Amino acid sequence: MKGFEKPVLEIKNLNKQFGKGCSDCCDINEKKLEKNYCPECGTVYACQDISFELYGGEILGVVGESGSGKSTMMKCLYFDQEVTKGEGYLSSYKDGLMNIFNESSQQKRYIRNHVLGKVYQNPMLGLKMNFSSIGNIAQKLIAAGYRSVRDMESRGIDLLNHVNIPVFRMKEPPKNFSGGMQQRVQIAKALSNNPPVLLLDEVTTGLDLSVQANVLDLIKKIQRELGISMIVVSHDLAVIRMLANRTIVMLDGRIIEKGLTDQILEDPQHPYTQQLVHSLLV
Amino acid sequence: MKNLLNIKNLWKSFTLHNLQKYIKAIQDINILVKEGEFIGITGKSGSGKSTILKCIYRTYLPENGSILYQSDNFGAIDISKATERQMIYLRKHEIGYVSQFLSVMPRTTAKEVVQQAVIEMGYDIDYAQFQAEKMLSHFELDIKLWDSYPNTFSGGEKLRLNIARAMVKRPRLLLLDEPTASLDNVSKIKVRELIEQLKSEGTTMLGIFHDIDFMQGLCDYQYNMQAGEVI
Repeated sequence: MKGFEKPVLEIKNLNKQFGKGCSDCCDINEKKLEKNYCPECGTVYACQDISFELYGGEILGVVGESGSGKSTMMKCLYFDQEVTKGEGYLSSYKDGLMNIFNESSQQKRYIRNHVLGKVYQNPMLGLKMNFSSIGNIAQKLIAAGYRSVRDMESRGIDLLNHVNIPVFRMKEPPKNFSGGMQQRVQIAKALSNNPPVLLLDEVTTGLDLSVQANVLDLIKKIQRELGISMIVVSHDLAVIRMLANRTIVMLDGRIIEKGLTDQILEDPQHPYTQQLVHSLLV
Repeated sequence: MKNLLNIKNLWKSFTLHNLQKYIKAIQDINILVKEGEFIGITGKSGSGKSTILKCIYRTYLPENGSILYQSDNFGAIDISKATERQMIYLRKHEIGYVSQFLSVMPRTTAKEVVQQAVIEMGYDIDYAQFQAEKMLSHFELDIKLWDSYPNTFSGGEKLRLNIARAMVKRPRLLLLDEPTASLDNVSKIKVRELIEQLKSEGTTMLGIFHDIDFMQGLCDYQYNMQAGEVI
């Protein structure tokens, strides 16, 4: 029966805390802290019991205010930060049987290089600004196992074409590019290893509207043509409405609501989601 | 004829936490729709007509009651309790929704709008393009408009595009939410012809219309609503 496929990514009870915790807060479920930090010891519970599934070819939107834990969750998924506790299964890694968070750092590097792609809000985190654009892509291709310069160049040109970067500018470093072009080079780099899962962290924040439109169109095109599953983090509900099939809403490190994107936007249940929707969609 | 949709004791209300208000939208709605039927819902603004359709399409979360739908893929399924994945599947393959407002991705041409609906079902781009062109000609949308953005279209053109997008999937159940609300008489006649054509092709429809004359001779059954209840 269709509609019951295995998820490409399954996250169960992901927790991330900064600080060791104290007797007042270490059993957070019992204590039910009002916010996601402990006033006694200053421990921040950035992600608490995050669980969700991502299915083939779908875009999952993640919304929430600043400090709600969206980016921390993305960092944990891309192994930029160690999770405190939790399980993650990728169907394209060992048939989804191994908890990726318990793997060795070597295996995590393998997953980053072969199974995941990430586009950061700040291009400086995802790109080497002084390398050429094609060099940036080659860096990820080498990590993914490419060795022939000719192959790398041909793949790099394909990718730059795909994201509408003129090939004659491929040897220019991203620092010479506009913000929108830098994001497009980042997307090309993230796509270079044909990842089944792409993580997009606030990729349109800070871009002007026309450039934002270009980047959004590109994301939609990639999803349509390559069928890549994506997690899109944004605090802009218009972006989520345009891209996501399903949406989760985060507040103080927890998922407070999840549902179909149009249901979240038209019939929000949680007081915070209602506040968010009513303040942004005037 | 088999039952396609059976709405039993459906309730929906809205709790507006920030305003500390509780609004009852529909109460104890029971509607039975058989395959191939056209069911009309009438009533004043605010009587809860659209709420019923939105609950069926799951844009609104039903509060109480059940919406039993006989799916080709899942068998009998209660839409009010279906998972998001199941709803995405049903929306892509079995249930279409047409409102009076066309909501499309910005910077997408009319042909792409229809094409996209076919691609979502898993077909390749060539087949999608063929089906989109067929459907747009079928609904008599001027060929010059196919490669234009729909925000430049007239109300009637937008509506025909809206119906073409819903119909290209050949849905088993089509929900029509006041599609004639802002149309002139000539366009209304065209829509009526379209609906008659869909009905003759066996599409089951549940439609809301303000205009009772428009529904005369079209509906198999008609429900009249007042203050959230069927009267």
